[in-house]
Amino acid sequence: MSQKSAEVNNKKFYQTDAFRMFMGKYGIGVILVFMIIIIAIMKPRFIYPSNILNVLTQISVNCLIAYGMCLCITTGGIDLSVGPQLALVSVLLGQFIVVQGMNMGLAIILSLLAATFFGFLNGVLVAKFNMAAFVVTLATQLVIRSIAQIISNGQGMSMASQEFKNIYSGTFLGIPYPIWYMIIISIVMYIVMHWTKFGRYVFAVGGNVNAAIASGVNVFWTKTLCYTISGLLAGIAGVIFTSKTGSAQSNIGVAYETDAVAACVLGGTSFAGGIATAPGVLLGAVIIGCIYNGMNFLNIGSYYQYMTKGIIIIFAVLLDMVINKKNR
Amino acid sequence: MDNSAYILNCEGISKAFGGTQALKDVQLHVKAGEVHALLGENGAGKSTLMKCVIGLIKQDEGTMEFEGKPYQVSGPVDALNRGISMIHQELNPEPYLTVAESIFLKRENTKGFLLDKKAQNKRCEEVLARFDVPYTATTKMKELTLAQVQMVEIIKAVSCDSRLIIMDEPTSSLDSTETDHLFEVIRELKAKGVAIIYISHRMEEIFEICDRVSVFRNGTYIDSKSMEGVTRDELISMMVGRDVKSVFPKVDCKIGKPVFRVEKISGNGFRDISFEVREGEILGISGLVGSGRSETMRAIFGLDPITSGKMYLDDEEIINKTPRASIKKGICMVNEDRKNYGLCLLRSIRENISLPNLPEKQKGLVLNQKREKKECTEVAQKLTVKASSIEHNGFSLSGGNQQKVVLAKWLMANPRVLILDEPTRGVDVGAKSDIHTLMCEFAAKGMAVIMISSELPEVMGMSDRILVYHEGTVRGEVKREEILSNKITQKEILAMAFGQNK
Repeated sequence: MSQKSAEVNNKKFYQTDAFRMFMGKYGIGVILVFMIIIIAIMKPRFIYPSNILNVLTQISVNCLIAYGMCLCITTGGIDLSVGPQLALVSVLLGQFIVVQGMNMGLAIILSLLAATFFGFLNGVLVAKFNMAAFVVTLATQLVIRSIAQIISNGQGMSMASQEFKNIYSGTFLGIPYPIWYMIIISIVMYIVMHWTKFGRYVFAVGGNVNAAIASGVNVFWTKTLCYTISGLLAGIAGVIFTSKTGSAQSNIGVAYETDAVAACVLGGTSFAGGIATAPGVLLGAVIIGCIYNGMNFLNIGSYYQYMTKGIIIIFAVLLDMVINKKNR
Repeated sequence: MDNSAYILNCEGISKAFGGTQALKDVQLHVKAGEVHALLGENGAGKSTLMKCVIGLIKQDEGTMEFEGKPYQVSGPVDALNRGISMIHQELNPEPYLTVAESIFLKRENTKGFLLDKKAQNKRCEEVLARFDVPYTATTKMKELTLAQVQMVEIIKAVSCDSRLIIMDEPTSSLDSTETDHLFEVIRELKAKGVAIIYISHRMEEIFEICDRVSVFRNGTYIDSKSMEGVTRDELISMMVGRDVKSVFPKVDCKIGKPVFRVEKISGNGFRDISFEVREGEILGISGLVGSGRSETMRAIFGLDPITSGKMYLDDEEIINKTPRASIKKGICMVNEDRKNYGLCLLRSIRENISLPNLPEKQKGLVLNQKREKKECTEVAQKLTVKASSIEHNGFSLSGGNQQKVVLAKWLMANPRVLILDEPTRGVDVGAKSDIHTLMCEFAAKGMAVIMISSELPEVMGMSDRILVYHEGTVRGEVKREEILSNKITQKEILAMAFGQNK
């Protein structure tokens, strides 16, 4: 069909359906490639394997959070409580492992349960009482941060055991663990979003909630599960981050929701709901990582980095709107 | 013709929406100081014409004259300034404004940059004093009843010095005393020389309050008559016209045992509805929009609550609190509001078709996508959905093809009872005929089909039995034999829908 229309209408290549569909699906990848080429020309060391591994390791935390965020945004909501979830998990790990001397595996499971519980709570508040997700998670964000501070009494705690630090710094086949976590979670999220019933329901609820109800979709559980998963993923990110810094702190994760939302948006997640892809989110996270890392390479001060990130997000979304105007 | 006696003259008005001709060369002449009824079935073109008059839409052809001068408006505000206002059927008051603020919206009293509330309230009280109303200038709109809100709208029209007021079904949500009060006000306005265009489906009211009537049918102007000497039957004949012989692909199939039965169910907009539907039967539901047809079906499907009564599927009592429960039992519904309840247009045809049918496509923890693709392609081909691929999204489809996708998803669910609410609304002729053929195929498979339609020829051509709704209850029941033997014609069915007994 696309070929035919190109012949019939004699359009320029960028006006054809084929080009639009290609850019709609992979446009973000094209942007990434251009970005890498430009930075690599200016600083060839940017594409050395060691630096690529470095970038991927750095983005793992944001990537996990972004997957959860993506689910929430796709159902028409948002999860602003992810940052404090990191802090909560961090201080719980400190309490369990350092203070109680608990087995590390059990401590991690219990901490993740706590984060999952708060995610579930977000979900129930949003789905059952039909409250605005922005407001609900804005409030629970304060509650969770506060709980983390109460538990830790505001004090940082060293978690310097080699076993625990290994979670972040260990390698397998020469590749750091965080990249493996990211690969595994990416595969799982791809399957969840694109190969399961639940994934379909998420898109349906976000795309047209009335049609979803009229098709027999259980909107309550679909939404609740999205926030629960977001809580769990933020919790896992918290474990990785705590291992990285080697200390349990209640003040970590501030403004992490911004980077997660940015990764989603860059990856083509629609804020109107109903449109997202798992690979898109991954690409979005990689782009954010490249922006940070690339700007460090180019010696751009951190004061300028936020601005650059903001401008790139706006242009990415604008480009997406222009390209997809016809598809939507 | 001498048009000087008329305050509003519309000549040769035509308007098309896409391919549909909503108005074809219609005219309307309204005298000052008369109440002029507009009569016609749903979709006859009354509302479209009124929208042209107040400038909500622009006619393709034709001219209008108001008070002897050529009249062209850019929108409702412009129309208001020139002396024409409209009281809509659906009133949308701003709940937190006061009565004075509502009446003087966009023409507030000001003192420099600031609002002069005192002066405005005083001005409002003066206007209110001319009407017998139980509220004051500072009452909040949310404290008023629907009838009172409507009165505020009328007062606003009067305070704008409107010489022509259009009322679209003004009594649809009023009780009888409120209606009487409205009629008093209308008579007073009339005495002051204000012309009123009165749209209503209630014959009694038209006979009570109107002086003249213009009848529309299928976007054309039929005739205008003085209400004196005209009979109800004459008016209904004018609305229906000659029986249009349409060919419907109705196949008579074996009607089996009763599948689904409701007993005295009531809810919002309908009461004491009882009927049963059998295997292989197409049950048509006729009646005017707002008569409770769709409301009943929505409640049966679980979208709205049922307040009393019982439902039985295969003689077993069932309760449908949600569409989910309903679908599980095999009762599916194609909603009249396709955009909101039919499809998720952002997503692909495949995802839409399989949405209610995903549990069957599960293979372990994940979906069997190969099977899904194959089955969706098959069903889409069977229903002749015109799309190059089932991966295209809903926006790329025409209305008719969107409707076919909705049907495809329920065909795949293979329900016992299929409810179709206006299945061919906004669908082109070819797709319409396809959908009718499909309905017969569904019935032949032993499905019980319930079809709501505002199009009389469609209901009469497709149904084995017809229930006619009037104001929330079933007013009559018509069998296919009675239609085939011409014992019952469109005229009788329409008369029932307008509240006459069979």
